[in-house]
Amino acid sequence: MPDRLRSTRIGFAALVAAVLAVPGSAQPSPAGASFPPYRAPRLADGHPDLNGIWQAFVTANWDVQDHEAQAGPHPELDGAYGAGPGGQSIIEGGEIPYQPWALQKKKENFAKRATVDVSNDETRHALGDPELKCYMPGVPRAAYMPFPFQIVQGSNPYILVAYEFASATRIIRMNWKQEAPTPSWMGWSRGRWEGDTLVVDVTGQREETWLDRAGDFHSDALHVVERYTPASPYHLLYEATIEDLKVYTRPWKISFPLYRRMEKNTQLLEFKCVPFTEDLLFGKFGKSGGVR
Amino acid sequence: MKVRLLLSTGALAACLAGQGAKQPLPRTPWGDPDLQGVWNDATSTPLQRPNGTKDTLSDEEAASFQEELASDLSRDRRDGGADADVNRAYNEHWMDSRRLKITADHRTSLIVDPPDGRIPPLVKLSPDREKARAARAAANARFNAGLPETYRDMSLPVRCIIRTDSPPYLPTIYNNDFQIFQSPGVVVIAPEMIHSARIIPVDGRPHLGPNLHQWLGDSRGHWEGATLVVETTNFRPDDGVIFQNADPDTFRITERFTRVDADTLNYEFTVEDPHTWSRPWTARIPWTKIDPDEQMYEYACHEDNYDLVHFLVGARGREQKAKQ
Repeated sequence: MPDRLRSTRIGFAALVAAVLAVPGSAQPSPAGASFPPYRAPRLADGHPDLNGIWQAFVTANWDVQDHEAQAGPHPELDGAYGAGPGGQSIIEGGEIPYQPWALQKKKENFAKRATVDVSNDETRHALGDPELKCYMPGVPRAAYMPFPFQIVQGSNPYILVAYEFASATRIIRMNWKQEAPTPSWMGWSRGRWEGDTLVVDVTGQREETWLDRAGDFHSDALHVVERYTPASPYHLLYEATIEDLKVYTRPWKISFPLYRRMEKNTQLLEFKCVPFTEDLLFGKFGKSGGVR
Repeated sequence: MKVRLLLSTGALAACLAGQGAKQPLPRTPWGDPDLQGVWNDATSTPLQRPNGTKDTLSDEEAASFQEELASDLSRDRRDGGADADVNRAYNEHWMDSRRLKITADHRTSLIVDPPDGRIPPLVKLSPDREKARAARAAANARFNAGLPETYRDMSLPVRCIIRTDSPPYLPTIYNNDFQIFQSPGVVVIAPEMIHSARIIPVDGRPHLGPNLHQWLGDSRGHWEGATLVVETTNFRPDDGVIFQNADPDTFRITERFTRVDADTLNYEFTVEDPHTWSRPWTARIPWTKIDPDEQMYEYACHEDNYDLVHFLVGARGREQKAKQ
C-alpha cells in the first residue's frame, strides 16, 4: 500500500490543504491523495474544462488485480512481444468480490482468452477476450486500455468520449432522464456535475464485454458510476464504482489517474482493428479452408 | 381578441422576417459558428440527375415523385420466387421515412456542378489501377454469385471496417444520422455508421506526415465566415476507401458545412482527381436537425457480424453441392 504510506507521511499538509480548499472542489480519494488541491479552468457554463486527450498508464487492461509480468497466450510465436507487464491492483481492497461460481467462470475465461469460434450464432460470444476480436471494450475497460481517448466537451447537453481503440465512441448525455433504450457495447451514459467532478452513470451495457485479459467479467446487470475529477492541468482522477448483483457480492471501486497527452500536435490516430482479426475470426471459412 | 390578433400578426411578421432577412446564426460561447447537435441527411434526391430529367421539379411534380416512390417501396412484390423475394427485403420498413422526401428546393440531383448534375466522365486509368479495378470487380462478382472465396471478396461495409463514415457523406437507405460536437479548436463529426468520431482540428496545425494513412483520412478545418471548411488528406489506398476508388495520391476533397437556419445545415463537397475524373465536381446535401426529438444510438457492426460468416459458410456449401 505505498499510496497509503505516502498519504500518512504528508497527512498534515493534506489536512491544511483540505481546510484551505475551495468549497465544492473535489475531495481527493486514496489514489489521488498525492495531488494538492486544484481548481480547473472553467468553460462558459462554469463547469471544469475536461477537454483534451487522456490516457491511463496503469496495466489494468492485463489484469485489474495485482499481477506479475507474464508470457502471452502464444509465447512460441510471440516471444516477449506477446508478454504483459506486471502491475498493482487498481481496486480498493485489492480484489474483485466475486460470488464463488463467478470466480470459477473468470478462471475459465482466462484459460480460453485466446480461443475464438464464431461459427455458431448462438455461441459466438462464448469464447475469447472481446479485445482479441476487436470488439468495443465497454466501460470501465475503455478508460484503462493502453490507448488514448479524447473528451470533447462543448456547450450542449452532450459530451463525447472518443477512444482510439476500435474507434469506439460514447455520448455522455447530461442530466438525462431517459433510460437505456437497448443494450449496447459502450453502454448508456448519463452525466451530472458534483462540484468539480463529472459523474457518469453507465447502464445498458452488453454482457459480453470483459474487464481485462485476465478473464474478469460482469453480467447484463452491470452498473458503473464513473467520476472524472480534474487533479492538475495534466491529470484527471478517474474513479469508478462497479456494481453487479449477479456476479459480485458487493459493489467495488477502482481508481487511477489519467494523464494528459502533451506531445506537440498529438491527435488520436485510427486503431481500426477489424482487419487485424479477420484471419483469426473468418479465415477458416475461406475457400482454402485456412488463412487467405 | 384584438390583442391576440396583434400578437399573431407580430408572430407572422417575425416568421417572414426570418425567411427574408438574415437571422443571427447561433454561435458557441467561444465565438465559432455553432453546428452542435444531431443532424440527418436523408433524401430521395439522387446523387446524379436521371438522364432526360429537368434540373428542378415543380411542387406538383415533386409531390407525385414522392408518392410514386412511397407506393413502389410498399408494393406487394411476391412475384419473383424466393431468391428475388429475399433480394427485395429492403423495403420501406428499413427505410428512413425522411428518405422519401426530395430536397426542399426540388432538385433532381445532389450534384450541383457540373450543371448537368452528372459525375464527370472518367479518364483513362493507368494499367495498375485498371488491374486493381478488374480484381475488385471479379471479387464483387463472386460475392454477388453467392460464392465469395474469402472475407476479402467482400466490401469494406460488409466487413464492418468503414461504412458511411468516410467522406464525402452521401445519403443511404438508413441510419443517416450525424452528431456534431464542438469544443474550442475542435469540431467532431460522428456518423452513425460505424460509430467513428472524425475529429477535425480547427487550430491551424499541419496535417499528419505523408507516411501516415488512415481509413477516414486526416482532416483539418478552418472557418470562412459562417462556414466550416474541411480539407482531408492521407487516405489509405485500399479499394473502397475513396469514392469511386479515386487515386489517393491525387484525390482532393473539400467539404463545407454552413448553418443556414436553426434546423438546416448545408453540406457541400467538391472532389477532384485528374487520375479519375475529367473535371472537379460538387454536390450539395441539406442536413436537417433532428435533435432533441431524436437521439443517435450506437451502431455496432463487427461485434455481431453474423452475415459475413453466413456468406462464407453458404459459399462453401454451394461448392460442395456443385461437386456432388
